Amino acid sequence: MEAEKILEVKDLHVAFRFQDKYYDAVDGVDFTLKRNEIFAIVGESGCGKSTIVNSIVGLHDKNFTRVSGEIIYDNANIANYSEEEFNKIRGRHIGFIFQDPLASLNPLHKIGKQIEEPLIYHTDLDKNQREERVLELLNQVGINNPKRVVNQFPHELSGGMRQRVLIAIALSCKPNIIIADEPTTALDVTIQAQILDLLTDLQKEIDAGIILITHDLGVVAQMADRVAVMYAGQFVEVANAEELFDNPLHPYTRSLLQSIPQSDSLGKDLHVIRGMVPSLRNLPRKGCRFAPRIQWIPESEHEENPELREVSKGHFVRCTCWKNFHFEDEGGN
Amino acid sequence: MWKTILRRVLLMIPQLFILSIIVFALGKAMPGDPFTGLITPDMDPAVIERLREEAGLNDPIPVQYKNWIVRILRDGDFGRSYTYKMPVTKLIGKRAANTLWLSLLTVILTYLIAIPLGIYAGRYNGSKFDKAVMVYNFISYAIPRFILGLLLLLFFGYRLKWVPTTGSVDLGLEPGTLDYFLSRLHHMILPAITSAILGTIGIVQYLRNEIIDAKTQDYVKTARSKGVPTNKVYTHHIFRNSLLPIAAFFGFTITGLLGGSVFIETIFTYPGMGELFVSAISSRDYSVINSLVLLFGFLTLLGSLLSDIIMTIVDPRIRIE
Ligand SMILES: Nc1ncnc2c1ncn2[C@@H]1O[C@H](COP(=O)(O)OP(=O)(O)OP(=O)(O)O)[C@@H](O)[C@H]1O
Ligand code: SF4
Ligand SMILES: [Mg+2]
Repeated sequence: MEAEKILEVKDLHVAFRFQDKYYDAVDGVDFTLKRNEIFAIVGESGCGKSTIVNSIVGLHDKNFTRVSGEIIYDNANIANYSEEEFNKIRGRHIGFIFQDPLASLNPLHKIGKQIEEPLIYHTDLDKNQREERVLELLNQVGINNPKRVVNQFPHELSGGMRQRVLIAIALSCKPNIIIADEPTTALDVTIQAQILDLLTDLQKEIDAGIILITHDLGVVAQMADRVAVMYAGQFVEVANAEELFDNPLHPYTRSLLQSIPQSDSLGKDLHVIRGMVPSLRNLPRKGCRFAPRIQWIPESEHEENPELREVSKGHFVRCTCWKNFHFEDEGGN
Repeated sequence: MWKTILRRVLLMIPQLFILSIIVFALGKAMPGDPFTGLITPDMDPAVIERLREEAGLNDPIPVQYKNWIVRILRDGDFGRSYTYKMPVTKLIGKRAANTLWLSLLTVILTYLIAIPLGIYAGRYNGSKFDKAVMVYNFISYAIPRFILGLLLLLFFGYRLKWVPTTGSVDLGLEPGTLDYFLSRLHHMILPAITSAILGTIGIVQYLRNEIIDAKTQDYVKTARSKGVPTNKVYTHHIFRNSLLPIAAFFGFTITGLLGGSVFIETIFTYPGMGELFVSAISSRDYSVINSLVLLFGFLTLLGSLLSDIIMTIVDPRIRIE
């Protein structure tokens, strides 16, 4: 049975203004999120991952940002909603978990108050019921002494505890979608796994879909159902997680996978992609963005503007020459 | 929290000790001594010498310091003013009350002007209002204190005659009556406004920048991601956090006012400590100068103590277990 689609993003463009010109940080992104699914977005720093998810809930500064394309939630295109309209969705239908749990909590408010806040604006619960719900949430996210923690301040908790609090906030109104923007990057390795387990457990309880942003392909392999690999504002490869790891096609995906220790099943003579991601204003606006970083393929082989093409069922690649790699790879073995 | 505050209060003891030594040393370093103002050319040097001996001015320095501090602590004796012919405590007492009232009014006006300006400029930064506030800031920054005071005095005092140009209260009024209170207010309003205008500069600028900065903080993003209405994001998250350093500045604001009182009171001939200080310097009334320096120093320390205590109360991160 096909799971219910809960979010559809179509041809999303997000541009930031510098002086009087807009520059696309997200340049034509499409994806769907289904109930109970974990959709992961991976890609190096600055490629536009956060920009995508911020625009989904309208967290960008509207004076400096232009969003176009469609973001369909609950049969409505929310891409250009006003702050008031977004406020009805944020916290209630879409929960957001951020990267830096210390900075993301208000240093001057008690934990209890910070978890209670979405309940005030999105539910009819009275004060006592809200307090009960806060304790229940803290229990759910694995905090042992909730009665004590509600009266503590963020700086009094450990990093892992704070991230649990942020999860409690995001889940307080049982949202349909959870967006987690690098939820474990700021945490100790030992705690990362606990937090991710917690997230998947809670997801199952409320049947939410998760958009998970991460740098960590290990996390993707372990959790994600579908994966999008992002480079310079575009998805360059989208596939089911298993397929992506078994059969990576885009040169960029391959270079990412190469950095995983246990990936020696891949071709040994894969070329390393050199250079830095070009900054937003210096992105080449024509031609394949990868071309400058892959010199070993003859120029004639590259297509001007490769599209994201479906090469096998559910596996999309934005690369005309992927077959070359494929052949080269097999020939090398 | 109480522990942190107690610790901070105890820190005052060594601070006061050092202050007293500095003031004492300054007193010694100043040319002349408490008798200088009394000496006339026809006095017998032997008499002067006897007076000095009796006053203990020939004792070793540490002994003099000890006697000085003991007199202050035990008897509250700061010496006598030779120009006003009365104990310094009595002289300063009345003046201090005047300065305190003026400072209080100034503080109230300062925050009444500065907080709304800073908040609106910060929230709507880049707007016309914000630009107007920046111009206001720039102008009040560029005008020296005494020029602004003189201009206001000329215009509202001498020209329009809306406010008195000297003194702290009309003569012949009974203390405690409403008329007395209103008359005091009438005398204070112009110097207070002058001081307040100048006092707002730093606060407006600081508050505005704090708010602009707070808007980009992660916890504000979290608040928005929870669906908190925009107005509530400002009142519950941004303003509160931005006002924190302003609250902490409170103590220092008072200290600044005391320094400013020297100018303001002199311009408006308002009989407070600042004006007394200036006249004491010109008449070389050493015991008065000395006592005032000690008092200003003490109040400065008190101001910073107050700042730290406020900070401890409003910012949970500072509290020690
Ligand atoms: N508010 C903004 N104004 C201008 N440019 C921005 C803004 N936010 C992001 N950018 C730029 O847009 C691009 C994408 O940034 P984004 O934060 O989405 O990257 P990211 O993939 O989330 O990176 P990271 O892994 O470091 O979080 C970057 O070049 C960044 O400098
Ligand atoms: S089309 Fe050519 S340049 Fe572009 S990604 Fe594929 S191989 Fe690289
Ligand atoms: Mg990011």
